[in-house]
Amino acid sequence: MIWINALVQGLLLGGFYALLACGLSLIFGVMRIINLAHGEIAILGAFVVALLADAAGVPPVIGLIIVIPLAALAGYLLQRGVLTRSLRGGELAPLLATFGLAIVLQNLMLQLFSANSRQIDIGALGSAGIALTAQISLPLLGLLTFAVAVLVLGGLQLLLSRTGIGRAIRATASDPDTAELMGLNSRRVYAYATAIALATAALAGVFLGMRSSFDPFTGQAQLIFAFEAVIIGGLGSLWGTLLGGIVLGVAQAIGAQIDPSYLVLAGNVVFLIVLAFRPSGILAVRVRA
Amino acid sequence: MSTAHGITVRRWEPSSRIFTTAVALVLVAGVFVPFAFGPNVTNKLTQLFILIILAAMWNALAGFAGLVSVGQQAFIGMGAYATVVLADDVGTNPYLAIVLGALIAGALSLPISLLAFRLRGGQFAIGMWVIAETIRLIVGQIRTLGGGTGRSLRATNVYEPALRQAYTYWLALALMAALLIAVVWLLRSRVGLFLQAIRDNEVGAASLGVRVVPAKRLIFVLAATGCAAAGGLIAANTLTVQPNAIFGVQYSAFMIFMVLLGGLGTLEGPILGAVIFFVIQQEFADQGTWYLIGLGLLAVAVTLLAPRGLWGTIVDRTGLRLAPVGYRLRGTDPAGAGPDPTPPLEHAGT
Repeated sequence: MIWINALVQGLLLGGFYALLACGLSLIFGVMRIINLAHGEIAILGAFVVALLADAAGVPPVIGLIIVIPLAALAGYLLQRGVLTRSLRGGELAPLLATFGLAIVLQNLMLQLFSANSRQIDIGALGSAGIALTAQISLPLLGLLTFAVAVLVLGGLQLLLSRTGIGRAIRATASDPDTAELMGLNSRRVYAYATAIALATAALAGVFLGMRSSFDPFTGQAQLIFAFEAVIIGGLGSLWGTLLGGIVLGVAQAIGAQIDPSYLVLAGNVVFLIVLAFRPSGILAVRVRA
Repeated sequence: MSTAHGITVRRWEPSSRIFTTAVALVLVAGVFVPFAFGPNVTNKLTQLFILIILAAMWNALAGFAGLVSVGQQAFIGMGAYATVVLADDVGTNPYLAIVLGALIAGALSLPISLLAFRLRGGQFAIGMWVIAETIRLIVGQIRTLGGGTGRSLRATNVYEPALRQAYTYWLALALMAALLIAVVWLLRSRVGLFLQAIRDNEVGAASLGVRVVPAKRLIFVLAATGCAAAGGLIAANTLTVQPNAIFGVQYSAFMIFMVLLGGLGTLEGPILGAVIFFVIQQEFADQGTWYLIGLGLLAVAVTLLAPRGLWGTIVDRTGLRLAPVGYRLRGTDPAGAGPDPTPPLEHAGT
């Protein structure tokens, strides 16, 4: 029974990883950039919501409404200020620039918020759950996170497939030069994509902050988890990212059930196994064009 | 030197002859440092040599093979742990253990490359990080390796401290010289030409018959061996290994910073970057977070504003060349004196 419980908890955790990973996947899909500051941006979102709650008594939901547009704006500016410039420097430059940015953000948070770990206080919601059997209980927050993840992924899918901006993003992703010839401004399209990606990262960070405690060093691990979810699921597919997140979450939950110190290790091992035997991911999708 | 159609192809130039001689003299003079200065100076210089090794290895990987890795700490840690195990448990001479540890880690990097090379670009970078983290977590679980608290290196305690410091220093000097010579030799070989072709255009190089993956794998193994040698030296210099420190991602941050600042893809740049980083570290490391914020900002600024780094910028401005790698074309001057009629052209240079 404890194994079924681990499976259920891992499944819900997978929703969180999918939410965390979709922004990383979007930036990579559109610009072929891995944003190495992704985890730090998520944690920064959590810090801002926690700070608003502690200092001004702003409830987390309102904090979230404040943080998401701020993150989107930060994404727009990041693209305009740093990524556009670094994209001109070839394949390596964006990696190096975002790695530098990750170090800056991590230490800036350390300087501003100290190394103390904190958590976003959500009152009774944090411990509430629906008891299925004596051993298995569905945590309400986990269910909420999973639902939000499915909504965000579905929303992104609809945005990409049905709307004008989605069409522009897909066109620029497959061939920026031709897209420019068709009258699209690739830099603006990139900026929109980065804005969306950072907004989802901050959203995921806030859910992380409600679920567990975090500190400025938490971001590094989150980047790795998000990356693992993307690769396990298969690049180029948002639903693959959800599946990848679930596989990672279940692996971690089962690992932690064996020994709490195996949580991260079990996820890494599953990632490496997928890399060895199915390097294009479980739900490999042929990237269109 | 060969002349055809009035153009000379030259490997060696006066500047590179002078530089190579000067480097050789500095290295020879370096041998005598422990006799002339105290253990404090030899300790600091050992740290500098370790940084130069790390920068040169990361540069070989990223600058010559186009493989940006955020996980080279995997090999630093493997080298350090192999040194402790060989010296303390197996009973090997500790300095021999550093060399053997580097070779073992180099051998282990081969199967690791099979996994890591399935990823490309940014995915490779962070995939290497996952591999380093996995090794860190596994090492932390192994009780004979000291688990999460690590172990201390005891085998060197048989030497008197000043002598121990001098031995570590000499080995660091020798390994640095050997690894730098290996990089120069590799770049001057056929593989070096392959690598530069790959760096400039991988598909084009492959279509001309360059075997891309073996060439990259060779550099990967060399970089792993060099990083592991640095790890062994770190263990001998600090006398302790701890998984979270020796497998820490901060080593990648330092390597990236040194190479970017000095000049990615040049031979001289990373050495310059390591020296500057060493000075910055001595001056500002006690500033803690602000020091790291400054390093990060500088890395972003150099990437965006001066992507060829300090050395690249110097070369662009002056045409100066020091290391004898690559060739240079010059229009011959009929009078045999005076300035060249045509500006120098870099060909397959660094």
